[in-house]
Amino acid sequence: MIRFQNVYKRYPQGLEALADINFGIDQGTLTLLKGHSGAGKSTLLKLIAAVEKPTAGTVLVNGENVGTLKRAALPWLRRNIGMVFQDQKLLFDRNAFANVMLPLAIAGFPPGEAERRVQAALDKVGLLDKARTMPVALSGGEQQRLAIARAVVGRPSLLLADEPTAHLDEDNARDIAKLFYEFQQVGVTVVIATHNEELYAPYAPGRIALAHGRMEVAA
Amino acid sequence: MNAWIVQQRAAFALALRRLASTPTTTLLAALSIGIALSLPAGGQLLLASLQQLGQGSSATPQISVFMALDADDKASSKVGAQLRANAGIGDIQFIDRNTTQKRLREAGLAQVIDSLPKNPFPDTFVVTPKDTAPEALEALRTELAKLSRVEHVQLDSAWAKRLSVLLNLGRTVVWLLAALFGVGLVSLVFNTIRLQVLTKREEIEVSRLLGATDTYIGRPFYYFGALQGLLGGLVACAIVYAGFAVLQERVAELAELYRMGFSLRPPSVLGTLGLLALAATLGWLGAALSVRQHLRAS
Repeated sequence: MIRFQNVYKRYPQGLEALADINFGIDQGTLTLLKGHSGAGKSTLLKLIAAVEKPTAGTVLVNGENVGTLKRAALPWLRRNIGMVFQDQKLLFDRNAFANVMLPLAIAGFPPGEAERRVQAALDKVGLLDKARTMPVALSGGEQQRLAIARAVVGRPSLLLADEPTAHLDEDNARDIAKLFYEFQQVGVTVVIATHNEELYAPYAPGRIALAHGRMEVAA
Repeated sequence: MNAWIVQQRAAFALALRRLASTPTTTLLAALSIGIALSLPAGGQLLLASLQQLGQGSSATPQISVFMALDADDKASSKVGAQLRANAGIGDIQFIDRNTTQKRLREAGLAQVIDSLPKNPFPDTFVVTPKDTAPEALEALRTELAKLSRVEHVQLDSAWAKRLSVLLNLGRTVVWLLAALFGVGLVSLVFNTIRLQVLTKREEIEVSRLLGATDTYIGRPFYYFGALQGLLGGLVACAIVYAGFAVLQERVAELAELYRMGFSLRPPSVLGTLGLLALAATLGWLGAALSVRQHLRAS
């Protein structure tokens, strides 16, 4: 599903974010990216989604070298990847339903089917009763669940999450972790960057440990 | 429903919502565009109306050859034969003195004509020269003036030619104005869209991460530009129609006083639709240029 081969990432300012990264992630697995702040977890996720390009090496997603994809091909890659961001990146000028609808509108889903999918996604994360609520009126945990609903509504085969429980209390964090596990159980490949690997311990995830942009342990 | 149609409809609805969400800005932009477009549109309409003046008389110069008042039919026939034999003349029309008198009587001057002791009009030949160069016309006029019993030779239609030249000049000015204001419209929409792209930066970034193409992101802006141009076009049409309604009667009164066959022409349906289509297209163009530049840069 995902394969990194001798991947390096150096930003224009000279900062080396990743160096000599090699690993593989199989389809339908749950994998944690762990490491301290600045270890390179977010950069690694960005390379998978082709938000950033590697300075050297190869990043393969479903056999395709995403580092060499042309600009016009990126949307088609990203429609098959669900992304949950640390800051959620919700649109605060529209309600929860419209936020989750966005990926389906982009993909051109017929309105009827799109509405059914949005309702199903909101139901899955427990927000169906808040479909018409604006994001600003949701709690931190609800906002994170809304972001997850938006990430999975297009039924992607790959789900990337960057510190999805960073600002949540323990109960909310546990709920979110369980949600990711449920998606993995239905065949979605889930990659989560996190500080809190204990949260996912019950689900026996694979682990990739980073320190200062280099791999410590490959699981 | 086809995905393409779904996305077009959604983009159009979003553009409408964006226009409606800033009514003052939308109105001011429409007024700016409308006033700018109304100048060349009104000018074009005025020129089309003025063209009527020239259509009554041929723009091809003609020469009127007036016989002496006491010249008899025989003298007129002789001059007619000489004119027909002249290689520099293309066409000849003979108007005898009685026909001229009859025409003026029909034109409402019967009382004046009846008060005169005798027919004051001479026999007249209206000659169309083959060569319309100014030197050739002048040479022909001099030559015809020397014919026996010819009293006066007058070069007609010079005014029509002058009018035609002036109309051509006017058309050029109108086209230049249209081009200038067209560029202005494109610039105005370009800048409006630039500001919108900046304010929607976050939404654009998120949409990209969710798999939106540049076409998808740009589509609402294209519709916005086209709608803004269209609104400006509607304002321009309203200004032109209002101008026509206000001026029509006054111009008709003036034309009547001078016995001129002139009236303001109302804007045609086709012209109106053309103006609206042009305004919408220019708005679309401004938006497309702006979106292309700013999405590539972001």
